[in-house]
Amino acid sequence: MNNPKTLFDKVWENHIVGDLDSGQNIIYIDRHLVHEVTSPQAFEGLRIHNRKVRRPDLTLGVADHNVPTTSRNLGIESIKDKIARIQVETLEKNLAENNIEYIPLNSINQGIVHIIGPELGFTLPGTTIVCGDSHTSTHGAFGALAFGIGTSEVEHVLATQTLLQTKPKNMKIEINGTLGKNISSKDIILKIISQIGTSAGTGHVIEFMGSTIKKMSMEERMTICNMSIEAGAKAGMISPDIITLEYLKDKKFSPKNKKWDRATQEWKKLYSDENAFFNTSYNINVDKLKPMVTWGTSPEDGISINEAIPNPSDFENSEKEKSMNKSLEYMGLTPGTKMTDVSIQKVFIGSCTNGRIEDLRSASSVIKGKKVAKNLHAIVVPGSGLVKKIAEEEGIQDIFLDAGFEWRDPGCSMCLGMNPDQLENQERCASTSNRNFEGRQGRGGRTHLVSPATAAACAIAGTFVDVSEGW
Amino acid sequence: MKKFYNLESIAVVIDEINIDTDDIIPKQFLKTIQRSGLGKFLFYNRRYDSSNNKKDNFILNQSPWDSAEILITGSNFGCGSSREHAPWALLDFGIKCIIAPSFADIFYNNSIKNGLLPLTLSKNLINILSDYSLKKKYLKVSLLDQKIYYDDISLDFTIPNDIKERLLNGYDDVELTLQKGNLINLYEKKQYNEKSWKLVDNE
Ligand code: SF4
Repeated sequence: MNNPKTLFDKVWENHIVGDLDSGQNIIYIDRHLVHEVTSPQAFEGLRIHNRKVRRPDLTLGVADHNVPTTSRNLGIESIKDKIARIQVETLEKNLAENNIEYIPLNSINQGIVHIIGPELGFTLPGTTIVCGDSHTSTHGAFGALAFGIGTSEVEHVLATQTLLQTKPKNMKIEINGTLGKNISSKDIILKIISQIGTSAGTGHVIEFMGSTIKKMSMEERMTICNMSIEAGAKAGMISPDIITLEYLKDKKFSPKNKKWDRATQEWKKLYSDENAFFNTSYNINVDKLKPMVTWGTSPEDGISINEAIPNPSDFENSEKEKSMNKSLEYMGLTPGTKMTDVSIQKVFIGSCTNGRIEDLRSASSVIKGKKVAKNLHAIVVPGSGLVKKIAEEEGIQDIFLDAGFEWRDPGCSMCLGMNPDQLENQERCASTSNRNFEGRQGRGGRTHLVSPATAAACAIAGTFVDVSEGW
Repeated sequence: MKKFYNLESIAVVIDEINIDTDDIIPKQFLKTIQRSGLGKFLFYNRRYDSSNNKKDNFILNQSPWDSAEILITGSNFGCGSSREHAPWALLDFGIKCIIAPSFADIFYNNSIKNGLLPLTLSKNLINILSDYSLKKKYLKVSLLDQKIYYDDISLDFTIPNDIKERLLNGYDDVELTLQKGNLINLYEKKQYNEKSWKLVDNE
């Protein structure tokens, strides 16, 4: 074939509006998601320059970062923190003034921006999707080019429906093999990041492919693409297939009738051609993969849960050694300790990485009929109102409640602790979120990234535990 | 956006890799609806203890480093969250140029949008500049010449041309793009004729 192209090349080329004199591409943006934290200054910028929102119809707003996860009956009045409330009010005001659709706090459709985009069919294959949020990479699971932007770029998209970009490079990660019991795509992505590091993806768009990906549900694919940013990538992508179409059919904003037929015709062309060029490639076989856990303060600090914490002095690279020592001190851990000997005080199941219905199914299946360990505090925060509703219908809520978990309203919650859900100083948490940075979940808090099944099992055991054995 | 002028300053060295944006500006300060005033919260958890007292042992709380306009640091600086509050906080504190072996993509973009110069240099050169800076001597950064001067020596750096132009001229990207409005109109017309499925179908 002449000039074979990658999936990313195809989507990119479809969106080139033109070039600036500097050579940068002007890229058209099909979908723009807006939340309360990264948008106020962008709308303010529009006002200062007397500019209008070009395409309110392609923009969707929701508040998720700053919202309480306990009773929402009062709507915005339920936000007790005054400054947080002003931020959400500002979002509501900005969206209303600009005729942008907003999903209010007490709507069943409210939730974490990266969960509701796909769930409502706002996210579509072959589109470009941006949001002032790094985990926009999640939407790439649908074969969209989706990436996080800063507030200046949010303003740029609002004003022009485009972005100025230089084309990133292509990377592929091929995943083959069959996952063992209670092993999930979260374990795969933690494993990948532990091998390639948090900056391997810098300047690249990663396409995930291979037989394991082909078999995965959309939920599992989203978890993988979600954490592409933790590998430093601009975006992660997966070629759409029948599983993608089945997921999207009849969603609120998905194309309907004839439009659906035409759309799916196009989506079938969204794959990397044979012999397409990738600047970098990796392969991983997951047949023997064990549940993963991070021990440090970088997502690349992942090990199998039945391994011991590595010794910094084993690393040649003095920079890495130094940063490992700093992490271990912060985490209150010593090299050589087995993770399964480490006890925990908190468990958080939720976030845009693992707050979807399948995540809750998987977590609840390992705790059925069991009880949360003494003195351990465990919470489940469904990623959206819809996830919450399905979980309640399926009896998943009851399983969690019976086991002693708290069952909350949707939002980002303890993933970043902007709302009152935070870790205390030195509290140790098994978390299904995506970042274990110092202070991320609360000042002095110690975050260990794990899968939903692992988090649930740890809540029962009170320590880290291998959920692939005997659960 | 403000233009980037030549800089002459001491450089503060924080020799760590993977410094993330949660570290640069913790979440509790993201509730603001303004861009200004974030400098006092820069590296908050490092600069203040839990009772809000300044920690003397952190370099940015020490003179003369607290007035440095250049930051020299490790690879993958600015990884993590897309919060533009990170460059806003750095600029508000007085940092105008960051020198590192590599930057996270979104942080890099956010910096240039705000006139904060991110410079990539090899680890070797960074080590030389770090050693020199520890003597509290001035570095001079000239973006126009693409040179860093120290003592009587200078070293060259590379930077993509479009970024250099933009920083030197303080271009407003939105304005530049709006000048190409006809191209956007054309694109939209063509796209929505051929691909009406791309419109949001709200039924
Ligand atoms: S759940 Fe966490 S990572 Fe995801 S958007 Fe919210 S704060 Fe960001």
